[in-house]
Amino acid sequence: MWRQVTSPRVLRAILPAASFVILLAAIFYVQPRAMSYFGMNLMLQYTVPIALATIAQMFIITVNDLDLSIGAFVGLTACIGATLLADSPLLGVLALLACVGAYAALGALIYWRNLPSIVVTLGMSFVWLGGAVLILPTPGGTAPGWVKAIMGLKTPVVPFPIIATLVIGISVHLVLMRSSYGTVLRGVGGNPRAVKRAGWSLLKAKMVMYAAAGFFGVLSGLSLIGLTSAADAHIADRYTLYAIAGVILGGGEFVGGRVSPIGAIIGALTLALTGSFLTFLRISPDWQIGAQGGILILVLALRALIKRQEG
Amino acid sequence: MTAFKTLSEKPWIWSFLGMIAIWAATAIYTGGKGSADVITAALSFATFTAIVGVGQMFVIATGPGNVDLSIPSTIALSGAVAMKVMDGSNAMLPVGAAASLGCGLAVGVLNYLLIRVLRIPPIIATLSSSFLILSTAIAYGRGLKIKPPPLLAEFTTAQVWGLPVLALFFAVFAFGMSVVLNRTIYGRSVLAIGQNMRAARLAGIKVERTRFLTYALSAVLAATCGFLLAGFSGGASLNMGQEYLLGSIAVVVIGGTSVAGGKANLPGILGASMFMFLLVTMLNTFGASAGVRLVMTGLIIVAVITIAGGEDAQS
Repeated sequence: MWRQVTSPRVLRAILPAASFVILLAAIFYVQPRAMSYFGMNLMLQYTVPIALATIAQMFIITVNDLDLSIGAFVGLTACIGATLLADSPLLGVLALLACVGAYAALGALIYWRNLPSIVVTLGMSFVWLGGAVLILPTPGGTAPGWVKAIMGLKTPVVPFPIIATLVIGISVHLVLMRSSYGTVLRGVGGNPRAVKRAGWSLLKAKMVMYAAAGFFGVLSGLSLIGLTSAADAHIADRYTLYAIAGVILGGGEFVGGRVSPIGAIIGALTLALTGSFLTFLRISPDWQIGAQGGILILVLALRALIKRQEG
Repeated sequence: MTAFKTLSEKPWIWSFLGMIAIWAATAIYTGGKGSADVITAALSFATFTAIVGVGQMFVIATGPGNVDLSIPSTIALSGAVAMKVMDGSNAMLPVGAAASLGCGLAVGVLNYLLIRVLRIPPIIATLSSSFLILSTAIAYGRGLKIKPPPLLAEFTTAQVWGLPVLALFFAVFAFGMSVVLNRTIYGRSVLAIGQNMRAARLAGIKVERTRFLTYALSAVLAATCGFLLAGFSGGASLNMGQEYLLGSIAVVVIGGTSVAGGKANLPGILGASMFMFLLVTMLNTFGASAGVRLVMTGLIIVAVITIAGGEDAQS
């Protein structure tokens, strides 16, 4: 029994959850008042948009690419949500659909010309940011009422952010890990040639994954303005790094289609909690990103240790 | 005709053609007014991009997945440390330069250790180390408003016959690095590793030493850029490295270096750096708003990469 628990495979699977639980326990120890409905709600409310952006990044990482523009993209959709969507819903929905379409087109372009995704998405981050500045030159706008209503839900017993992130994680898990086409999509990251020989279109797979990333990017932007109720072009700049770190913290591999949606959600939660933890410890915000980098390195070091056992 | 054919096969030719096209478009729009000044300014700014571009090129040439994302934060840290150490005094110039290079070397060692000991993919390794470096820079350089030593400011902005002195120094350096890339064991090892790491190792190439030197080189060049940039712009700021994330990678790719590794091209970086600066200048002269400028910059970069950096679709 004990041997099963300490097998590298199991250790690897529980590592993300374990880091999260340890961090949460540390927070409760330092600040017992956080251990309440209100405290949890406050601490975790911003994890919903971060978790959605992390899932978006995960789709891209699944097909062995990397999106360095997701933060700017979330900023753009937030700006569209706080202006067009609120003023003329039809136009807003069309604009958001166009954003998802643009992502699918990017996937097609990257596949068609065999381009490095890092460079293309870095370039596109300028386009998204520019678009956001054009739509909303100065911070402002108002989120549509229904978005605010959803994000402000007061669920009984368990705070809304926990339920929301769980629902997101489980539904993505069902589609990507349990459905047959989800397996094909992950196969594109694992062995593209084999997937192609089996008769699946790689072009379609890339477009589907990029479109999915775009869709979750849109959701992230909308949920973000539901919390802030106003938008700004730079509102989500940090999300790019958060999202990559979240996927990796959650047990995702950089290449090979080895990802975990639920792990990614836990990774995003862990990163978000780091901020609260440092605040409770009265550590200067200067060190916040540094601590996040440190946690990332620590978890990766543990994983390297487990891997050494494995092989 | 044969000359044309050999020329069109050079991977760096596109960046230079793009540079000339954009400069010509700007010159026609302004009626040729100030076109020479634009070149001078472009040489100054392009030098900074090219310095980090050279480091990034060596990293990218070592194979797919190798990218240094810690360049912007290294620039910020090196600039902040150098300015604080020198405190505006000419006499401390050598100490400041040494401190700056020391920062670079430390970052390079950190990056390499993360990649080697913890087996973290280079992109994630340099990303997480950039978090740490940036935090250090923020904590160390809080409220930093120190002017660079006059000598450094003079050196970085000096001109001879309309040519920035810094660009002349860089030209010599670039030539040297080109020799290193093509004619030394280290340079050939970088390319061999980029083509096939396993084969390179079996052929007896010192893979790990080469990778270490490459990441150290990139970080040291980023630190040098931070040092000079702080002198050039009258002091260090924490976000002065930001634009060099896209800049350093874009000039390498536009300049004809293969992202798949094993194929590097140094002259292309020079053309591509000029291209990037002239592009922004052109959009400025056309009177575009900030938003339009950003959108156009992004679209043109993606377009150029699609044309110049793309390969045939996977078969």
